[in-house]
Amino acid sequence: MDQSQFRGTYRPYISPRDPCPPILVKTFVLPPQLFTNFQQPGLTQNSPEEALKQGSLWPQLVDGFSREEGIS
Amino acid sequence: MWVYEKKLLYPVEVTTCNPMLAKYLMEQYGGADGELAAALRYMNQRYTVPDTVIGVLTDISTEEFSHLEMLATMIYKLTKDATPEQLEKAGLGAHFVNHGHSLFYNNAGGVPFTSTYIQSKGDPIADLYEDIAAEEKARATYQWLIDISDDPGVTDALRFLRERENVHSLRFRESVEILKDERDRKKIF
Repeated sequence: MDQSQFRGTYRPYISPRDPCPPILVKTFVLPPQLFTNFQQPGLTQNSPEEALKQGSLWPQLVDGFSREEGIS
Repeated sequence: MWVYEKKLLYPVEVTTCNPMLAKYLMEQYGGADGELAAALRYMNQRYTVPDTVIGVLTDISTEEFSHLEMLATMIYKLTKDATPEQLEKAGLGAHFVNHGHSLFYNNAGGVPFTSTYIQSKGDPIADLYEDIAAEEKARATYQWLIDISDDPGVTDALRFLRERENVHSLRFRESVEILKDERDRKKIF
């Protein structure tokens, strides 16, 4: 899935004396509920199996965080 | 009143004896932004919020207890056959001398649960905004747990739990919108 619509980025200050290799761009989560103050009726629904797997009946509420994405 | 179903909300599969991971999971078990804090907070606030949002708090509180049960299962499975030496190596030596192999409501740093983690202000907006913040903090905690977990079965369950925080946050935001709708409504009782 495309998580990019639910992510924000910023460029922290990088010091020449940073002890660890600096991360130039930091990413953070902007979850779907931030943009949906009230859920519209009739949204597309997952199948029961997919809903259990994703943790939501509605794919629109899923932002798919994973370790592989490497946010931290 | 509750009806107990003798099964977990989502299947929990643990493939390793990993007391270190269990220690980290305790943050969501007995920590400030954990499932116990969430469940107790909502179940208590529910009595003094407007009628239109009582159900949301009761439902979400109930679900938080089912999450607590999942975490207990994970922590139990990750530690149940660990030797005292293994527990000590994982930083659970102090836990072992006090609690043996049993679980306790501590956070990842071993600090016991306290009701000062939660609040009930009796003001619907103050309470619901705390609840939204609690869900976002729990979501973030799950992110860091997912990043640190090296057990694929645990990671899978954590991804499910994290997504549920998104859904709960939206439900609380909707509750705020429902209360905002009360503005300037001329009612005759």
